Amino acid sequence: MKQRLLYLLVAGGGALAPLVALDYIIQFSLLWMMIIFALTWDIAGGQMGYNSFGNILFFGVGCYAVVVIQRELFFDFNEYRNVTDLTPLSAVEYFWSFAIGSVVGAVLSVALAVLLGSGILGLRGHYFAICTLGLGVAAAEIASGWEFIGAGSGMVAPMFPGSPDGRGLFFYYLFFVLAVICFLSLRWLYSTRFGLALNAIRDDEDKAEAMGIHTTRYKTSAWCIAALFLSIAGAGFGQLNNFIDREVAFPGPTFGVWMVLMAILGGKGTLWGPVIGAVIFHVTQEVFWTYLFGWQRVAMGAFIVLIVVFFPQGIIGWLRNCWPERFGVRVDDDARSAQVSLRNEV
Amino acid sequence: MLSNLNILLDAPIVSGQLILDGILIGAIFALAAYGMAMVWGVMNIINIAQGEFVMLGGYVTLGLTALGLHPLATIPFSALALFGFGWLVYRLIIFRVVDKDLFISILATFGISIVLQQLANELFSADVQTVRSGMDTLFFADNMIVVNSIKLVGFVAALVLGGVLFLFLKTTRLGQAIRATAQNARAARIVGIDTHKVYSFTFALNAAICGAAGSLVVMTWVIHPYLGLPYTIRSFMIVIVAGLGNLLGVVAAGMSLGAAENFAGFILGTEYQAAFVFSLLVVILVVRNLLAKRRRQVLK
Repeated sequence: MKQRLLYLLVAGGGALAPLVALDYIIQFSLLWMMIIFALTWDIAGGQMGYNSFGNILFFGVGCYAVVVIQRELFFDFNEYRNVTDLTPLSAVEYFWSFAIGSVVGAVLSVALAVLLGSGILGLRGHYFAICTLGLGVAAAEIASGWEFIGAGSGMVAPMFPGSPDGRGLFFYYLFFVLAVICFLSLRWLYSTRFGLALNAIRDDEDKAEAMGIHTTRYKTSAWCIAALFLSIAGAGFGQLNNFIDREVAFPGPTFGVWMVLMAILGGKGTLWGPVIGAVIFHVTQEVFWTYLFGWQRVAMGAFIVLIVVFFPQGIIGWLRNCWPERFGVRVDDDARSAQVSLRNEV
Repeated sequence: MLSNLNILLDAPIVSGQLILDGILIGAIFALAAYGMAMVWGVMNIINIAQGEFVMLGGYVTLGLTALGLHPLATIPFSALALFGFGWLVYRLIIFRVVDKDLFISILATFGISIVLQQLANELFSADVQTVRSGMDTLFFADNMIVVNSIKLVGFVAALVLGGVLFLFLKTTRLGQAIRATAQNARAARIVGIDTHKVYSFTFALNAAICGAAGSLVVMTWVIHPYLGLPYTIRSFMIVIVAGLGNLLGVVAAGMSLGAAENFAGFILGTEYQAAFVFSLLVVILVVRNLLAKRRRQVLK
């Protein structure tokens, strides 16, 4: 009952937010995107224990797929390099190409996740982390060298057919609906056998395998789900930003790290943790951007270190430590007092 | 791309130039990689900020040469400066994550690397910089192979530094303590080694090595604030291929990486050279893992 009220509140708040704060609508759209980032990172990173630094790859693939499709459908390559003589797309053309591009991007991303995942997800621990770090940067480097997708000079997305307010509303609801779908599907997935299998892999992969779980299959599927949502988010972001190049499509040092951080800040391995983490993080980030302009990236790095070093359990993890009963964990009183006295001794 | 390949086939001497350049820079990669292997082996931490230490060493040299010192004379200073800096970083942050989950230390050092990179960007600007050593250029084989003699000096300096480090670890008391801690930290504590001191010294020493490597890099090539991550990834690759605590292996892997990178840069075009480094990392890891899988093991 309480839970249903919470869901209604979030959904209602999200749906009505543009009425209250139309001026900040892009900020709110990005907030929903951050929530998608944190949620999708947490599938592999939190629930499965595979800490990836390279999920940004799928985001970039989504970004590029839409713009490339739009260019191939409506523009000549040479004409396209010159932004000024672009004829704006009609609404039908725009939305159709956007939809087709998103689907193509999603298919590509999932295919990549399967292809790369079968090799990379065999790695464990820090090898996996650093391998994915390399993967994300490699994708960015390739994008900045490949003429077909604009190389270093990037590509311009077509104009949105409609008023600026309509544009804001469209992208806001796009990200809002995507985030809600993402959240609900993950909530459902974590309640099934699939979620249990992921947790088993996190806790002890060898034992999970010995129990007859096809770990590779589960790991790859989990990564595919992350890839799917990320690439659609990327498709939207590329259009929202109107311009893409390697910095926009594969922002490893910003979005790529933030998604990890948001999940950790909120509490990794929980459903609500990434959501809470994303909200707090996005606000902090905006504050840094406003008050520490020029130094905001330095402050961001310092913030990462602070969270990781002093608060690795995250908000939900901390709450769970304080009030375990609220989270359905039964605590034996003797065990607790024993632990407390042990802590005092140390 | 094919035309570049044809040049290589028609004029084999070009390969000679590429290999030579690769070997010369490879020794510097090896130096940074040896430091990373040391920290990894002793403290079980993978330092993502490794490349940023290299970069900072480069900027120390840059600053001191602007004051009138000869670039080669700045190596001890940048090593010393980075030693202090590394010690500070250990005292502030690293000692809190030494015995925690590996992922936490990776993320913490990643955060440090972002801070350093952005600080360098703010303080020294994003320009690509280098120092002029004023040394001759040597020509070999009918002027087909061109070597700046500073590169040779840098190469020798890197090897000498590596050798000194190796002897230090093998022969001195502190070196023994470091190796003992690497073998078994708990046992080392039992026989009276202050492992925290060992850790802080190891981390600072690693930073000093990187600082010296950075001085060599700025003399022989260029530096800019965003060059850290490629150096970290190179070090990591070299360590994976060579294994922990295998000096000759590290040197050999470093030099082959340097040569391979030059070839890739020449054939694919320089815009793909960095992409090659990062893709190679993925390939090496996956192949290593497949090999391990045949023995029913995994990389972890």
